[in-house]
Amino acid sequence: MDAFVQLDGLVAPLDRANVDTDQIIPKQYLKSIKRTGFGDYLFDAWRFLDQGTLGMTPNERQINREFSLNLPEYQGAAILIARDNFGCGSSREHAVWALKEFGFRAVIAPSFADIFFGNCFKNGVLPITLPADVVSSLFERVAAGLTLSIDLRTHTVTDGDQSYDFEIDPALKEKMLNGMDDIDLTLAEADLIRDFETGHRQRQPWLFRD
Amino acid sequence: MSSEQSQSGPQTLYDKIWAAHDVGQRVDGNSLLYIDLQLLHEVTSPQAFEGLQLAERPLWRVDANLATPDHNVPTAGRELGFAGITDEIALEQVTTLDKNCKAFGVQQFEILDPRQGIVHVVGPEQGATMPGMTVVCGDSHTSTHGAFAALAQGIGTSEVEHVMATQCLVQNKAKNFEVNVTGTLAAGVTAKDLVLAIIGRLGTAGATGHTIEYRGDAIRSLSMEGRMTLCNMSIEAGARAGLVAVDDTTINYIHGRPFAPKGELWNQAENYWRTLVSDEGAVFDASITIDASTIAPQVSWGTSPEMVAGIDQAVPDPTKMSDAVQAESTELALKYMDLQAGQKITDIAVSRVFIGSCTNARIEDLRAAAAQIRGGKIADNVTEALVVPGSGLVKAQAEAEGLADQFTAAGFEWRAAGCSMCLGMNPDQLGEGEHCASTSNRNFEGRQGYGGRTHLVSPAMAAAAAINGRFVDVRENG
Repeated sequence: MDAFVQLDGLVAPLDRANVDTDQIIPKQYLKSIKRTGFGDYLFDAWRFLDQGTLGMTPNERQINREFSLNLPEYQGAAILIARDNFGCGSSREHAVWALKEFGFRAVIAPSFADIFFGNCFKNGVLPITLPADVVSSLFERVAAGLTLSIDLRTHTVTDGDQSYDFEIDPALKEKMLNGMDDIDLTLAEADLIRDFETGHRQRQPWLFRD
Repeated sequence: MSSEQSQSGPQTLYDKIWAAHDVGQRVDGNSLLYIDLQLLHEVTSPQAFEGLQLAERPLWRVDANLATPDHNVPTAGRELGFAGITDEIALEQVTTLDKNCKAFGVQQFEILDPRQGIVHVVGPEQGATMPGMTVVCGDSHTSTHGAFAALAQGIGTSEVEHVMATQCLVQNKAKNFEVNVTGTLAAGVTAKDLVLAIIGRLGTAGATGHTIEYRGDAIRSLSMEGRMTLCNMSIEAGARAGLVAVDDTTINYIHGRPFAPKGELWNQAENYWRTLVSDEGAVFDASITIDASTIAPQVSWGTSPEMVAGIDQAVPDPTKMSDAVQAESTELALKYMDLQAGQKITDIAVSRVFIGSCTNARIEDLRAAAAQIRGGKIADNVTEALVVPGSGLVKAQAEAEGLADQFTAAGFEWRAAGCSMCLGMNPDQLGEGEHCASTSNRNFEGRQGYGGRTHLVSPAMAAAAAINGRFVDVRENG
């Protein structure tokens, strides 16, 4: 997994609450059996005016010129700001794959849905929770070309002279900073799992079919 | 804390299941939760199987996995098997599941197996879902299995691969949320209406970071089908999991099912399962109480499951909302749905009807829907009304009971099992601008088809809407 340590990036706005993962990446693109190839379809029904299918390129599509991510001032943005409960709904990790491939390495919102939040940490995309009034102030200034500096080591977002702390679970932070493979880390505890499993089988033998 | 240690003080049901699966901590401080059952389907598993193959890792426990194709499978022409899938990309996904299951030795209910169906219908139907289990699936509606007092959660594909390789989930414990439902639901008001009313009250993020336990007299009165409908939509209130404690209803449902323990093992299991209730005096981090008798049949009017109203109510007015973000969301939703503030719910016409999904495609749901037909026909303005059973076995039972004939005589289409138009990954989709009475779980923009407009309702309300061409109050049908 890609590590996340520090990021200086341009901010793009998505001024909506309860953005669900069906909007982040619609269902017709979930038929792929790959982890890549989703960036072109990020926020598909909002970025484009026509209905897309897997395999189409943005050049073949009708661009929605009014949608924030299509505006010239936000091209190349690496940080997305959004409202409450970002990433709700379906567990599809394709949503995070699409955001990352499109170029976003961090999302800032007042709150996130649980499954999306966890999926971000599996892919080196940092979800940052900041108070709603701070996020609102970022929305007010984003059109002027806002860049932010995010440092995971100190868990701070720096906006010019202003700096905001964000909370992050220490264990998740550690994993993100090192970009370590989750499965390797868990398999290092294989003996612990086997010991548990032996006891579990004794306590609830009906759970084992072999 | 290890699972060996007993906690002091009264525990919630969630605390008990968590403690019984707490493996311990990794060196980086993250906790490991042991997983008893992983359900697999074609959409969120291929990348996970590929990851295992690339790293040359085996499945940690083959017998803890169970698979069936559901999201992509066509509901018409099922007898053709793979050949019935005309979308080549969808076909590749379904055949990839088949190949992976065969390569790794995972039990699969294949496309032509009568036991095939929606994973969340199939697991309980087979008795594969048991109380006290931890269950995961790369699908957010895994919360369904919480009806059996199983800690069941939707996970992403990286987590699917992680569970395949390690039998564990890296997770921190959630908080406890009590939803206490007192009183009795009125005739014609169902678990679906109850859960929509709960989501309307809590909001789509109301239970984020929590596991919900549904408690109270109204919950105890629900059948297992009703409890599954209720737990299924916990995710729509932000909770990753919902739970209902074990009682006679739970035990009786599981007894005799193919995967359920038999003989002495059954007695041993039942004794343990009976302990899967929250202790007297257990403390919840949050709590709400709802009086079931106050709930009317619900209809969603917006693009988020919290945007619901009783059938006797009207579409809300965003200009009268004090919260700016809520007003903005409502305005956007009304524009997308092409509805007017103040419009009566009973004045909303529908041209499509969908009865199905992991929320409402069990036999009880189909019976409730068929009971609304009463010899009638679908309305002239309804161009298509689909009935999609949750599994091949539900389909067979409904046919044996004569329900299928009632549906087809009324003009409904009777299809084969799968997720179908709940998310429209297969050919069953809404057209642009069409309003649909749907027994599914999400009314997100475009969910059922590009530009489609979904109204979430119970099976009885959907069938009544099909007959009347608009929403009607099923309580008035006696």
